[in-house]
Amino acid sequence: MAATLVRSRPVTVDVNGTTYEREVEARRLLIHFLRDDLDLTGSHIGCDTGNCGACSVLLDGTLVKSCMVLAIQADGAKIETVEGLAEGDELTELQQSFSAHHALQCGYCTPGMLMSATALLREKPHPTDDEIRKAIQGNICRCTGYVNIVEAIKAVGA
Amino acid sequence: MLLPEVEYARPASVQDAVRLLSEYDGARPLAGGQTIINVMKARAAAPDVLVDLQDLEELKGIELATDGTVVLGAMATYSDVIESAEARARPILGEVCAQIADVQVRNRGTVGGNVCSNDPTNHLPPLMVALGATMTVASSGGERSVPAEEFFVGVYETAAGPGELLTRISVPAGKEDGFAAVTIGKDGTCIVNVAASLNGGAPRVVVGCVDAVPVLLRPDSATEDAVREAVQNANLHPPSDVHASAEYRRHLAQVLAARAINEARTRRN
Repeated sequence: MAATLVRSRPVTVDVNGTTYEREVEARRLLIHFLRDDLDLTGSHIGCDTGNCGACSVLLDGTLVKSCMVLAIQADGAKIETVEGLAEGDELTELQQSFSAHHALQCGYCTPGMLMSATALLREKPHPTDDEIRKAIQGNICRCTGYVNIVEAIKAVGA
Repeated sequence: MLLPEVEYARPASVQDAVRLLSEYDGARPLAGGQTIINVMKARAAAPDVLVDLQDLEELKGIELATDGTVVLGAMATYSDVIESAEARARPILGEVCAQIADVQVRNRGTVGGNVCSNDPTNHLPPLMVALGATMTVASSGGERSVPAEEFFVGVYETAAGPGELLTRISVPAGKEDGFAAVTIGKDGTCIVNVAASLNGGAPRVVVGCVDAVPVLLRPDSATEDAVREAVQNANLHPPSDVHASAEYRRHLAQVLAARAINEARTRRN
C-alpha cells in the first residue's frame, strides 16, 4: 500500500496509562507535544539539542530524548514520563531515594535522571557504580556533581 | 525548537520508501532521527519530506551468514548491535557502537543513519572502510552493492543518491580489528578516530575526522613503525578548530593509528 504525504495527522498515544488523541503537525517534537498539547510539563526542555537529557522519556519501554523524536513518529506508542512514576502522592522508592540522598539541588535535570535510572533498574535491578554512571551519561546535572545521584540509584538497587 | 514545516510519510515497505524518495526531490529518509532532527532545528538543512523508516522491519535485522558475514540492517540501532549475539561474530562492531554518545542516542541512532549522514567525525564510516564492508543500496530499479571505501564521497555525502536508500551493511568475517579515538568528553564527538583491520590480507588503517571522507591507508606491514610512517606519508591536512589545531590532529592520527593497529594485532591469536 502506498503511503501518503501529510503535513499533520491525528496521533494516538498512551501516556502513563491514559490515551490521548491529538492532531499533530509533522514538525512537532515529542517534548513539545507532551508539554504544550498534553500539559504534561514534568519532562523538561534543557538544551533542545539532544545533549542534556532533561527531556528523557520511555518510548515503548526504551529510553529516548523526546527533543529528538517527532510526535508523529510516536503514533501508536506507549510513553512513560516522570508523571507516571508516583502513585498519587506516593513516591517511588527511587524518588524517595533521590530525596533522602539529596540527589538534586535545582531539580531541573531530575525528571530525566529519574527516567534514565528507571530504565536502568528495570534492566539491571542491582547495578554497579560503573553501570549507573554509564546509564546517566546522557543526563547532565550542573548542581550535584553526580555523586549523590549515583548514591541514590545505588541505594535502590542495594 | 520549532522545526521548519515538513511533510511526512510512513511507508510500510522498502519499495514504497524508495518510491517516495524518488518522487520528491527534497525527500530525506528519517531513520533514528538523532542527527537530522537537530540539523533541521539548526536550519542547516530543511528537507521538504521526511520518509519515516520505522515500520520497515526488514531493515532492522542483524544476521550472521554461514560464511561468517555479519549483515547489519540499516535500521539496526547501536543498542541492537551491542546486544546482538550475531554481531558479536565481529566484536569491534559492538565495541565501537558502545562508544557512541549515550544510552538514549544509542537506543535510537541507527548504523544506516550513522554512515549515511557521513559527518566526518562519525565513528562508523572509518570503521566500515577498515573492515571492508559492502553497502547495499536500493532504488526503484533494484539493488546495487557499493564497497564502503567508495560509499563515502564528501562531507555529509554518500554514494546513496536521490531516490536511493541504504538497506544493509555486510561486514565480512574477522576479528583482528582495532579502533581508537580522542573525543570531546567521554564517548563524545571524535576529534580524531582511527580504525584498523588485519583481516583480508594487508593491513587497512583508516583515519577519520581529518578530511571530508575517511582516509584509507595501506601500510607495508602491521608494525607500529610502518603504520606511523604511513600516516606521516599521507600528508594529511586536517581542519583546525576550537578543539584541536591541524598540527595536533596530525599528531593524534599517528598516535591513534598506532593504538588501533596494536589492538588489532593483539587479536591475532
